[in-house]
Amino acid sequence: MVKPDANVLLDVKDLCVDFGSRRKPFHAVKHVSFQIHKGETFGLVGESGSGKTTIGRAIIRIHPTSGGEVWFQGEKINGKVSHEVDRTVTRKIQMIFQDPMASLNERAKVDYIVSEGLYAQKLHLTQAQREEKVAKALSDVGLLPEFASRFPHEFSGGQRQRIGIARALILDPEFIIADEPISALDVSIRAQVLNLMSKLQKERGLTYLFIAHDLSVMRFICDRIAVIYKGELQELAETEQLFAHPLHPYTRALLSAIPQPDPISERQKVLEVYDPSCHGYSDQNPPLWEEVESGHFVRGSRAELDAYRAKL
Amino acid sequence: MEQKEHDVILSVRDLNVKFTLRGRTLHAIRDVSLDLYQGESLAIVGESGSGKSVFTKTFMGLTDQNGTIESGTIHYQNGMDLAKLRTEKEWQAIRGKEIAMVLQDPMTSLNPLKTIGKQIEEAVVLHQGLKGEAARKVVLETLTHVGIDDPERRYKQYPHEFSGGMRQRVVIAIAIACRPKILICDEPTTALDVTIQAQILELIKALQKQYGLTTIYITHDLGVVANVADRIAVMYAGDIVEIGTCEEVFYDPRHPYTWALLSSLPQLGIKGEPLYSIAGAPANLFNEVKGDAFAPRNPQALKIDFVERPPYFEVSPTHKARTWLLDPRAPKVEPPEHIKQLREQGVRLRGQA
Repeated sequence: MVKPDANVLLDVKDLCVDFGSRRKPFHAVKHVSFQIHKGETFGLVGESGSGKTTIGRAIIRIHPTSGGEVWFQGEKINGKVSHEVDRTVTRKIQMIFQDPMASLNERAKVDYIVSEGLYAQKLHLTQAQREEKVAKALSDVGLLPEFASRFPHEFSGGQRQRIGIARALILDPEFIIADEPISALDVSIRAQVLNLMSKLQKERGLTYLFIAHDLSVMRFICDRIAVIYKGELQELAETEQLFAHPLHPYTRALLSAIPQPDPISERQKVLEVYDPSCHGYSDQNPPLWEEVESGHFVRGSRAELDAYRAKL
Repeated sequence: MEQKEHDVILSVRDLNVKFTLRGRTLHAIRDVSLDLYQGESLAIVGESGSGKSVFTKTFMGLTDQNGTIESGTIHYQNGMDLAKLRTEKEWQAIRGKEIAMVLQDPMTSLNPLKTIGKQIEEAVVLHQGLKGEAARKVVLETLTHVGIDDPERRYKQYPHEFSGGMRQRVVIAIAIACRPKILICDEPTTALDVTIQAQILELIKALQKQYGLTTIYITHDLGVVANVADRIAVMYAGDIVEIGTCEEVFYDPRHPYTWALLSSLPQLGIKGEPLYSIAGAPANLFNEVKGDAFAPRNPQALKIDFVERPPYFEVSPTHKARTWLLDPRAPKVEPPEHIKQLREQGVRLRGQA
């Protein structure tokens, strides 16, 4: 259990993101609040279209927010910010993308891909200093420094994802948003990338926001997990708590869908299907977001929350 | 798998496929033999580049232009040798009608400019010779079978109006619309969410029963197939290294590569410890492979693994593996911890059953 006074690195308060015209907006993220503590891996899980990627992108300021606040190390980083804050945030928050086949510039050499952030930050490094940084970043992710002079197409999927990680590391970030970093990779390569991410976290004290749709991977890497559905958080708990006592029906459906490498028990498995209308929310019976046990938050109506508490 | 019938629907013998790439030869499929039984579901599992897609594409004549079948036969039920077919016209009798395929990405395998009704109808018209109202009726029926509600309305919609899972259902509808005998599913769920993945697998399973299909699943994720496969073939470097019933492969795997694949599943990982990962890179098939192709990545490889290619050793009548570890002369090598756990679990669960 992380104590409430633990070091909060990122604080998302009542975040809303809308797309489309102002007259007919589409609410992709609706009033989402959570805190990420320093040094932890925070998982955000949901299906496609749930808004999990949008949250990640709103934090790193690719998408403008339409409501709420994002605080990073005690500074507000969404909306209008000073030039100074803008630069520090760009340096301290980095992102790893899903598809290593699509996220690297095909026409640039690895050297440039990895050091693009250094140019953008206008650090005025000499050529030698820059090359040294690139070589260090590459060797940190288990690639040879000689690879700097090659093009992305010369690498396999796992190696390309490593290049993506090296690019994120070169600015020495404190917080990394990993948006489905392994879902485009083969199972045998996934393990390598996950191990690399854990190793880097230990060595550098990184904090991760890990976005994925697959709970089986998250159990392995995340300290806390938030479950999101249609732009709203449904449940948030420590990983083991969530797996031991999943309360919200959507979390249960996600858990039951994890394929197990075990034919006999797999054939007996009953799939739970989530039906969003099962809650019966109305104006008189609105959904609430409450802590049912220490560190374990669930969304539900008054009656549902009482039932959840009784279950624990 | 039910042992009652062993009618072979497709029989592959000593298949070799080579590709020419910038003047070099890539030996993608190396002496693969396989019998596919009527009504079973077979999963072919392997990493990217193991040749699993190339292998099944030869059944439909979809090998890329620079690839050729060097030797070997593919005998289909009706007596045809598919390895001998050359012209598009000859293939038309097989493709879609006898063997159909569901591709990985439903976002790219549909035509965005045609309504989905028209796309399914195309297959019906071509293979069943139906026209107009009769064809339309079959399409609506097929849409209902693959679990799409309100088929009348959906018939007139375009692919962009469908979600990923729904599109994959449409692709499956196209595949089964011409009543094939064999359905090849090439990574049918990789592009889908976990919850949708489970639903699509359930759907394929149900359709298999309903239509009496024989299905082949191609996947890189062993975890996915435990629920759906009767038999599992593990491919590595263009060769089937282990084949057995689902239970045999999960609870009693024998090839070191199968051990490695199973151990690297995050479902079996222990939090806080590094996940098992396979060292090195897959074998380069541009070079002649000597001995066991997995030996360079196998920490417990024997000396002979680098010299001579292992033959198949039979573990049971349905289970065989290509590894020298099964030779009576081989030293006893203990499987990794994860595999032992799986084995114990298998014994326990089978005891209960």
